[in-house]
Amino acid sequence: MKKALALILALVMCLSLSAVAFAADGGSVYYLNFKPEADQAWQDLAKVYTEQTGVEVKVVTAASGTYSDTLTAEMAKTEAPTIFNIGNASGMTDWGDYALDLTDTSIYAERVNDDYVLFDEAGAPKALGYCYESFGIIVNKALLEQAGHSLDEITDFASLKAVADDIHARAGELGFDAFSAPGLDGSSSWRFSGHLANIPLYYEYKDAGLNVGSLPAEITGAYLDNFRNIWDLYITDTAADPTSLSTSTGDESEAEFGQGKAVFYQNGDWEFANLTGNFGMNPDDLTMIPIYCGVDGEDKAGLNSGTENCWAINAKASEEDIQASIDFLTWVVTSEEGTKMLAEQFSGIPFQHASAGANVFGAAAKAYAEAGNYTMFWAFNDTPNVDSWRATVVTALTAYSAAPSDELWADVVAAFVDGWAYEYSVVNG
Amino acid sequence: MNRKKHHDTSVLSSNLIRRPIRRWFPVFLLPTLVCFCIGFLWPFAQGIYLSFCNFNTPKDATWVGFGNYVKAFKDAGFIHAFKNTALFAIVSIVLINVLAFTIAYALTQKMRGANLFRTVFFMPNLIGGVVLGYIWSMIFDAILKHYSTYLTANATYGFWGLVILVAWQQIGYMMIIYIAGLQAVPEDMLEAAKIDGANKRQTLFRVVIPNVMPSITICMFLTLTNSFKLFDQNLALTGGAPSVMMNGGKVNMTELLALNIYSTYNINKNWHGAAQAKAVVFFILVASLAIAQLSATRKKEVQA
Repeated sequence: MKKALALILALVMCLSLSAVAFAADGGSVYYLNFKPEADQAWQDLAKVYTEQTGVEVKVVTAASGTYSDTLTAEMAKTEAPTIFNIGNASGMTDWGDYALDLTDTSIYAERVNDDYVLFDEAGAPKALGYCYESFGIIVNKALLEQAGHSLDEITDFASLKAVADDIHARAGELGFDAFSAPGLDGSSSWRFSGHLANIPLYYEYKDAGLNVGSLPAEITGAYLDNFRNIWDLYITDTAADPTSLSTSTGDESEAEFGQGKAVFYQNGDWEFANLTGNFGMNPDDLTMIPIYCGVDGEDKAGLNSGTENCWAINAKASEEDIQASIDFLTWVVTSEEGTKMLAEQFSGIPFQHASAGANVFGAAAKAYAEAGNYTMFWAFNDTPNVDSWRATVVTALTAYSAAPSDELWADVVAAFVDGWAYEYSVVNG
Repeated sequence: MNRKKHHDTSVLSSNLIRRPIRRWFPVFLLPTLVCFCIGFLWPFAQGIYLSFCNFNTPKDATWVGFGNYVKAFKDAGFIHAFKNTALFAIVSIVLINVLAFTIAYALTQKMRGANLFRTVFFMPNLIGGVVLGYIWSMIFDAILKHYSTYLTANATYGFWGLVILVAWQQIGYMMIIYIAGLQAVPEDMLEAAKIDGANKRQTLFRVVIPNVMPSITICMFLTLTNSFKLFDQNLALTGGAPSVMMNGGKVNMTELLALNIYSTYNINKNWHGAAQAKAVVFFILVASLAIAQLSATRKKEVQA
């Protein structure tokens, strides 16, 4: 038994020694990256930074859809992330305690304005958006012209519907249809239960004078008829079979558009790399238009821009690690290598030293804003218990799409409005 | 043969071998024991502690007492998942064991290609639950498409889909256990039954089944715990869909207990403790059911 005891003691000693060895190595950065598609770029950039400064930067990327699980697990460790992502107000509820007040940091001073900053309840800036994204309806201009239409015709819902209906009616002869499949499989349904749902939410927020982060306990669903307008258009003017939407995936929809079988495709500017790269589409043929749904004055609409990508710095990390993290992020947004990487990976960069990117969708968002059109902010970032809320909406939407009726639409409305109130009570319960 | 065996035991009992074993056994046991403590006992104890706490990460837990348990039982989704799981367990235990036994019985009769069939029936068990879930969801949807509907359209499709999937996956495994049991039924007993004039049916129920009772115990235990612990197939096949508003609450119609616990945890940090409480309730339930079932079937076992 004595020997066994000695063995345990030796083991404990080894462990504590290695722990000391780690701790002594202060001032390092551990970035838990939120965007899987940018993983390689972050890894490369971290390497450059380490070469230049000698500061160790570890970048770990959570698998798609598992960020909050990974963050929870990693935060419980001794070697917790020093930089992590807070996506929205409910993320702030969960992780605000862990986030450093950024007010006096060098990285905060680099921002352009407060549009993409997340504040905690006390009003302290705790997460800083490092890119913003825009979504809308992606258009293949070449196909549109081939069908005898032009972009100028489309200024509101009625004109969008006229063009789409015409293309759909002649789909056989043209060889392509109006909209790519509005799939409701999990890989695609977020485009509608998340992004498209932003349209009624945005207009409702606008009427009530609310902004993102106001987290209302209830919504009225005042614009759900408009939501129905555009959804009916999606499921009608498409080659997809409305009864099989529940298994229709995002990849299928993307491929349909990428291979020139559809003129319109609702998605965001992050699709640019895939469409021009994997599918070899010509950037000049692509643009993005607002999602029209029949609201008054929507001819002055712009794209939906916002972000779920905000850096937060772990306030519970050591002093040296916090400083190292701030220095690293400041370098990312000011150095040549950093700004180049941001411009290549993301479309809109809200920092003073941003380089211009090649993303035509980002450019479209900018052009709309500069022309005085209203940008629709991401009200859907406020969705309470978001996955659960969306699941209910998708269930109702799938049932409605298979056999559209007023009765089934009432379920969609209930999932939207009652679901919101219910989920709000759940998350705050 | 006999002499060799004798030789072996004498070597093992000699002091030359036994003394070092007596002295050093902790060294050999320790790694496993340490792993068991780190990987099981400690997290288990911590899990029970956390079920009485509000926490985001285990580092910032604050004690709240039984609040989490109250919250867990007030959740309509949890109660529904509980009913679902109980129903699912009954259906799948009966279905899997009856079918597995029947196939095993058929394949232990003299027939051509029995070995091939055994392999084929066992194969689904080698595929992971998530993969199976996705594959079967496509199969079901392809079939249901002919009737202009889809798997997640209502709870009934999802439930029976899950039953079919799990039966398909587990029958082969249980079959192997039954085959082993059936082959161990003493030949002389069967012969005696034959001589005494027992017909096939009597032989099966009076001789064979009492003799394979140990296999039945094992298979019942495995199917019971498997159906209670079912997670990945559930997640991949329907993910709990359809989800509907019901009785002022939200219910994921095809969600079983394990998946419900998982999705509760993912709501937000206010629910981490409640999910933990559900997990503790879940453990007590599965453990007590398994123990009760084990002792019940053990009593029916006979010594051959």
